[in-house]
Amino acid sequence: MGGFFSELASLATYHNIVFLAKGALTTIALSAFGCILGGLFGTLLAVARLTSGWLSWPLRAFALVFTEFFRRVPFLVTLMLCFFAFQFGGFDVSTLTVGCVTVVLIGTAFLAEIVRAGLQSVHPNQWHAAAAMNFTLLQTIRYVILPQAWTVILPPAFGFFILFIKDSALASQIGVVELTYVGKVFNNRGFSAGVSFGVILLAYFMLSYPLSRLGAKLEKKLGTSRTR
Amino acid sequence: MAHLELDKVSAAYGKLRVLDGIELSVAKGETVGLIGPSGSGKSTILRVLTGLLKPETGSVRVAGETINFDKPADIRTLRNRTAIVFQQYNLFQNLTVLENVMIAPIKVHGRKRSEVQAEAENLLEKVGLANKLESYPDQLSGGQQQRVAIARGLCLKPEILLLDEVTAALDPELVSEVLDTIRELAAEGMTMVIVSHEMGFIREISARVAFMADGKVVELGAPADIFDAPNQDRTRDFVGKILRH
Ligand SMILES: Nc1ncnc2c1ncn2[C@@H]1O[C@H](COP(=O)(O)OP(=O)(O)OP(=O)(O)O)[C@@H](O)[C@H]1O
Ligand SMILES: [Mg+2]
Repeated sequence: MGGFFSELASLATYHNIVFLAKGALTTIALSAFGCILGGLFGTLLAVARLTSGWLSWPLRAFALVFTEFFRRVPFLVTLMLCFFAFQFGGFDVSTLTVGCVTVVLIGTAFLAEIVRAGLQSVHPNQWHAAAAMNFTLLQTIRYVILPQAWTVILPPAFGFFILFIKDSALASQIGVVELTYVGKVFNNRGFSAGVSFGVILLAYFMLSYPLSRLGAKLEKKLGTSRTR
Repeated sequence: MAHLELDKVSAAYGKLRVLDGIELSVAKGETVGLIGPSGSGKSTILRVLTGLLKPETGSVRVAGETINFDKPADIRTLRNRTAIVFQQYNLFQNLTVLENVMIAPIKVHGRKRSEVQAEAENLLEKVGLANKLESYPDQLSGGQQQRVAIARGLCLKPEILLLDEVTAALDPELVSEVLDTIRELAAEGMTMVIVSHEMGFIREISARVAFMADGKVVELGAPADIFDAPNQDRTRDFVGKILRH
């Protein structure tokens, strides 16, 4: 045990701490990109799937195919697909960019499905009343449906965010220097796996714990508001 | 001129044919009552008239214009002219009573908030809910929700008002209040289609009454004829049973 702490102390050099912080920031950036942009685009896709009329069928088809495709393909495969797509297209972009694009694609697909299920959980008579009063689709969703759907959307969405922070580790496979990558580097520099990855584990926990607290808080707050 | 005309309208939910060649016209300013056994298609007629259900065949004309149910612009026009009070009220669960009444005039019709609020409060007072403005629908009794739904419909200032069992959840005292409101509307020249099991109410308020069964209008006539001297056996059966209760 003494060895563990002395090793930990020798790890805590200025350079290593900066390196670790950078890795953590990259993990945060990847997760935030995936969750925020993914949430935004995902909501748009969910709404697109609810359109009606023949003019918007390409929109519906795109939303459906996109959602179903990226939810079924493993994270790593999507990552490789993006990586080679950029290479093939001759774009000289950083691996971080590839990682960001990948997480947005995946976040969009998963959150689109979560949001869609939430919107559809609201009783049809709410949609009918709004339609009969000439609300547009967007007005219906904004003023009537989303406020009632939050309680259904938030728990799985936060569950997904937390999984997502962990899954962003896969970006290390293409050389994105995020938390897991930092752990591997520490390990390669001769620190024991216990110390290298123990530090990384703690960092992941510190990222995801506040998020799950926030989720629980929001759920509680919204849970006491109107549902039915 | 007929304000509202249904010509051989048939409609279905999936394979289930619910309306079968409905012929019905309502003159401007007229009140028509719809009666008939449960499941005969009364609510479904109102759904067609608000563009929520597209007829399979037949045509719907409003103020002489045929509605093309595939054309969003036509549906919008139809919905601008009509207001419906649903059998299940369908109040927005996330909004207060006052907001329920105000939201469409403000957001859809683009009217001024202060002006709409004055009107909404006035209407809610009229239906006896002045002290419930800030309540949410799930804090109200069925009868209270029903009255909010009526106020919400009226605040839209429709040309045509469609009322589906609006007295079903009310106690006798309130029924007479709501009746007064509806009577006033009739006097002001509102065109109305009223679905109800309340035969006294229908008889008093309607200029004509349509008796429906199995998705058809079996008989249409003045209240006195339908209730006292029906031509059809089915009408006689139904009216006889109901009145004995
Ligand atoms: N959303 C729906 N999906 C499928 N069938 C439906 C739906 N709504 C109504 N129906 C069916 O359509 C028929 C007519 O229903 P409708 O609601 O118009 O009857 P109603 O005359 O209003 O009856 P009530 O007096 O009980 O309100 C019924 O057989 C009913 O089961
Ligand atoms: Mg009904």
